[in-house]
Amino acid sequence: MPETNLQRGDAGGGERAPVPILELTAISKHFGAVEALSEVDFEVYPAEVVALAGDNGAGKSTLLKVIAGTHAPDGGIVRFDGAEVNIGSPRHATQLGIETVYQDLALCDNLDVVANMFLGRESIAAPTALRRLAELDMERRALDVLKQLNVTTIKSVRSPVATLSGGQRQSVAISRAVMWNSKIVLLDEPTAALGVAQTFQVLELIKRLRVRGLGVVLISHNLHDVFEVADRIIVLRLGRRVATFKRDAATPDDVVAAITGARRG
Amino acid sequence: MEPSSELSPASGQAIGAPQRRGPRSALTALLRDLRLRVSSGELGALPVVFGLALIWTYFQAQDAHFLTARNLSNLVLQISVSGTIAIGVVLVLLLGEIDLSVGSVAGATAAILGVLTVDDNWPWWAGIVAMLAAGGLIGAFQGLWFAVLRVPSFVVTLAGLLVWLGVQLHVLGDAGTLNVFDARITAIASTFLPDAWGWGLAIVAVIGYAGSRLFEDNQRRRAGMSSRSLPVLVVQTATIAVLLLGAVAVLNSAYGVPTAGVLLFALVAFFDWLARRTTFGRHIYAVGGYAEAARRAGISVIRIRVLVFTLAGGLAAVGGLISTARLQAASTQTGGGTLLLESIAAAVIGGASLFGGRGSVWAALLGALVIGSVSNGLDLVGQPADVKYMVEGAILLLAVTIDAYSRRRLTVTGR
Repeated sequence: MPETNLQRGDAGGGERAPVPILELTAISKHFGAVEALSEVDFEVYPAEVVALAGDNGAGKSTLLKVIAGTHAPDGGIVRFDGAEVNIGSPRHATQLGIETVYQDLALCDNLDVVANMFLGRESIAAPTALRRLAELDMERRALDVLKQLNVTTIKSVRSPVATLSGGQRQSVAISRAVMWNSKIVLLDEPTAALGVAQTFQVLELIKRLRVRGLGVVLISHNLHDVFEVADRIIVLRLGRRVATFKRDAATPDDVVAAITGARRG
Repeated sequence: MEPSSELSPASGQAIGAPQRRGPRSALTALLRDLRLRVSSGELGALPVVFGLALIWTYFQAQDAHFLTARNLSNLVLQISVSGTIAIGVVLVLLLGEIDLSVGSVAGATAAILGVLTVDDNWPWWAGIVAMLAAGGLIGAFQGLWFAVLRVPSFVVTLAGLLVWLGVQLHVLGDAGTLNVFDARITAIASTFLPDAWGWGLAIVAVIGYAGSRLFEDNQRRRAGMSSRSLPVLVVQTATIAVLLLGAVAVLNSAYGVPTAGVLLFALVAFFDWLARRTTFGRHIYAVGGYAEAARRAGISVIRIRVLVFTLAGGLAAVGGLISTARLQAASTQTGGGTLLLESIAAAVIGGASLFGGRGSVWAALLGALVIGSVSNGLDLVGQPADVKYMVEGAILLLAVTIDAYSRRRLTVTGR
């Protein structure tokens, strides 16, 4: 990552890599008469954490779902890695390397950590016709990723996810998202239900995703968390992008003002 | 240990596998495993095995004929129908669904077998293929109706219970009973393996189990992963060997191992493998655990649901086949009576959770043994049907209560 590159990017506030890994231009989306997003631009660079801030109904979740392939935009252009793409389905997003960690984490409580991390993408043992699970291979790769991400609190990767704490579950969900050569990870309120210590764990984990060169999009209501990990903060209000802050050049008050519309950033 | 085990000193199937070797540490490991399971609500097969031991002790005290070889041989034949059907019920329960039609499907497919082989002179194998196909089709139909149209499986299969009973009566026509005397069909429930075969199969099963476990552990060790220590493996293999060889010894001292019992055991072992070791099985558990998560992970939830109901239908047909072979007839009574409730009760008593995602296919065999033992024992001591029903109902209620309790425990200790 050319972190030293101080050229101004063409998109607002981007002073990092010249080419965003994901770039959305003039994205619109409406549900019936409701304009959820109108002409929103958005960009994420590699090795960057972007926080999406905004009040309820500002369009954060809709934007996230457009990126994740759940909602098709009504208008606008999506560029991934420089090429124009049409993200038609969640599966397509996954194929591109865009992983989403939903607020409910989408973990199966009855399955163990390894099974959850490989859910739907299990390794198959030879001969492949029998579709036998290659448990050893999966366990090793799961341990590898957890180790790389320094997730050390999980005692056994073979215990059901139901026995894990909220922070551990969040860590499993995030680790699952990064183990598939993903380039962008979307996090929806990752710290919403967590205590102080567990929030710290998850924020540290998010920082390690940046070190790995991933683009991270973070939705959070908690400005303290946002200022802890985000490089840039993009504020949506009533379906429009109203402000962009660099973390070091802004205060939480500025962001709150932009969110509530008291002042433009 | 190897560096990778820093994160997971206790991976491997056993929670807290010991690193030290020796019989003492193996015993402590097993005990610790046990305590952890009990405290966290993951009881597994423990309550059932305990209950079964209690039931056997009680009836043996009541009547010394209970644990004789002949009666146990009889017991195996008695549970072969409900046990086979219960395998399908377990799979459906793993999805968090229910299939109330399995009794009627067994009856309807038995009627099809009877009419095709007796009235229409089809060869025995063609009749069996046709009945299994019919069972699978019925299951697939119900599965599609449930998975695609989103009608609760309870309602779809309740309707099925009536519809397939109607089909059964219609196919049998006025006669009501068709005697099936084809020796190749009745052999399923009336023949016993020669003693040597019984021993041979049991030994092959034990060696196969120990061999696959050794192979796996060896692979884990070579890959630098934590593995269970040898003594644990020895204790477990010895337990299985004693149970299997003991069963064969007892059955051989009467008539030999019943063919239907071997069929039931083989089906349970196969579907247990399917459920635990294949992607298909993993996806069944995933859909039963949290269908939305499975869907988001790219698993076709509809496909899994339809396939499981197809299997349940097919296994119900196998149950119908064994029933026909036992009674040497396909009648309006086949698949009726308490068969449906016994099959569902067997699955639940064996430890398959009604809430989905938890349980093992072995539940079918264990539960069928419990229900069958109670029924057999009460018959033996001369209790009438009224007492039988009440006792079986009470046991079912107890099993579901344990299930609900351990589920609550799981959420509480979900820390």
